Amino acid sequence: MSLIEIRELRKSYESGEERVLALADVDLHIEQGEFVSVMGPSGSGKSTLLTIVGGLNHPSHGDVVVDDISIYELPLEKLADFRREYLGFIFQSFQLISYLTVIENVMLPLSITGRSNHEQTKMAKEILERVGLREKARRLPDQLSGGEQERVAIARALVNSPPILLADEPTGNLDSKTSREVMELFRTLNEEGQTIVMVTHNPENMSFSTRGIFLRDGRLDENGSRS
Amino acid sequence: MKLKDISINNLRRRKGKVFFLILGLTIGITTVVTLISITRMMNEDISKKLDEFGANILIIPRSDDLSLSYGGMSFGGVAIDTQTLKDSDIPKIRQIEVRENISTVSPKLIGVIGTEGKKVPLMGVHFDEELKLKKWWKIHGNTPKAREEVLVGNEVAIQLFKSAGDVLSINGRPVRIAGVLDETGSQDDFLIFGDLAFVQEVTKKPKALSMIEVSAFCNTCPIEEIVRQISKQLPHAKVTAIKQTLQTKMEALDHFKKFSIGISVIVLLIGSLIVFTNMMASVNERKREIGIFRAIGFRKSHVVRIIFLEALIVGLIAGVVGYLLGLGISQIIGPILTGVKGGKWVVDPLLIFGAIFLSGLLGILSSAYPALHASKMDPTVALRSL
Repeated sequence: MSLIEIRELRKSYESGEERVLALADVDLHIEQGEFVSVMGPSGSGKSTLLTIVGGLNHPSHGDVVVDDISIYELPLEKLADFRREYLGFIFQSFQLISYLTVIENVMLPLSITGRSNHEQTKMAKEILERVGLREKARRLPDQLSGGEQERVAIARALVNSPPILLADEPTGNLDSKTSREVMELFRTLNEEGQTIVMVTHNPENMSFSTRGIFLRDGRLDENGSRS
Repeated sequence: MKLKDISINNLRRRKGKVFFLILGLTIGITTVVTLISITRMMNEDISKKLDEFGANILIIPRSDDLSLSYGGMSFGGVAIDTQTLKDSDIPKIRQIEVRENISTVSPKLIGVIGTEGKKVPLMGVHFDEELKLKKWWKIHGNTPKAREEVLVGNEVAIQLFKSAGDVLSINGRPVRIAGVLDETGSQDDFLIFGDLAFVQEVTKKPKALSMIEVSAFCNTCPIEEIVRQISKQLPHAKVTAIKQTLQTKMEALDHFKKFSIGISVIVLLIGSLIVFTNMMASVNERKREIGIFRAIGFRKSHVVRIIFLEALIVGLIAGVVGYLLGLGISQIIGPILTGVKGGKWVVDPLLIFGAIFLSGLLGILSSAYPALHASKMDPTVALRSL
């Protein structure tokens, strides 16, 4: 049994009078401990695939099963609980909360777990130490560089120790040196057993992953895929 | 970190908008507190006047045949000699349960006497008690001190060509006019007032009373309760509350109360609308943030709680500020609007908790739809980048 099973996935949107097919019959299995990078041109359906795997976007057809849970059969509030327990999201443009400090941003997923402030702070400090930002815990996001903000976003995604890390263009706003540092961090995390699904434009990033898949017009391009 | 920390931090970030949010509710609460305080000031003033100006309970003998009118009330005891009230009834009035509310008890006996060839009503009173009741009396001359001294009503003095210091013959007994009343515009102008015991003697009605006037403090207990208790003590008497006293002013106060409620409701509605539009705008501005919350596992109820907590904090602050401002404004403009002097600054726990509760409640109610709207936001739409 794979950690993530995507079966006959289809997603279409209404765009005016037209019906746009974003994903067409995608079948994909991702094993525990894999680092999968999803590549493809703009509009190929990469981000749509990520949001569907992340339980944020209901598919038109098909099924997403994570750890034997058919996530779109869950009631909405249970789906929210699933996201909290199973997934860590790293968004494009970092998506940090501007009025919360670095450590508060990292503690955000913990704030609804019922953990004490002491425990939350301890967990957040540990993960900030891990991404090298312990000293900047009390700063606001706009006082950090792009690379540092990305690392805060990674820390927030990992603080709950989720089994799956979903990253959408994590290096899209970073220079090449910082991108490499971030990708090195991803590789290290993966080597420690973290399952990662990453959407990227950058072919260089693919070299850090254990498997690369290509999407073209919403379909998996088997020829372009790499194991 | 808890959800409240997110709410507090967000409010801190949006100081300008939060200021207007608080201002909207504060204006509403200030208006309510001001109007309630002014109404209370007027109410207390009327109660005080009721206590100060004359009797508010009249005790007369039970009789089917009413023969004399006094102070707008009819009573028996003159024409038909219904002498059911006695001196001994006076201490009984002082024995009722709420006796601490009784200020003055003024017994009276009315008879008709012959003097200077004319028939004139003579009223026997205890001058000490009567003067407490009738603070508006202005006397030319002195208050009677001796048993054979009388006070003469203005009209009687004119008709008899008498003034203070002159001597009158009452049923053949000489009495000295200690003073003459200024015109009062009431029945008092047509009466001669003498010492009660003296009047009982000259009218040959020993220990008899025609009526008893009572002044009771109606501010602390309902006048009807005092009436009930006196009636119980004096079953042979008819006890009546004189409600016409300042009745017009009470009605005006009632109109003002209704007007205050109307104004308060309108201002509170406007305040709530300000909160609603502000919260709605805030929710729309925070789509991205709400998308992040939902994506990382916040339930809809968590999002609702964040919005409600913000509304509650705003409401509580507006409640406290509104109460203090309302209290201050009522002390300043209350006397100007009502002609009632500002009293001492009294912190009424019911009003302060009421103001804070109302403000918090309005904050939450006004934010209910924005909160629901926020919770229903599609995370993928909210997070446009995904």
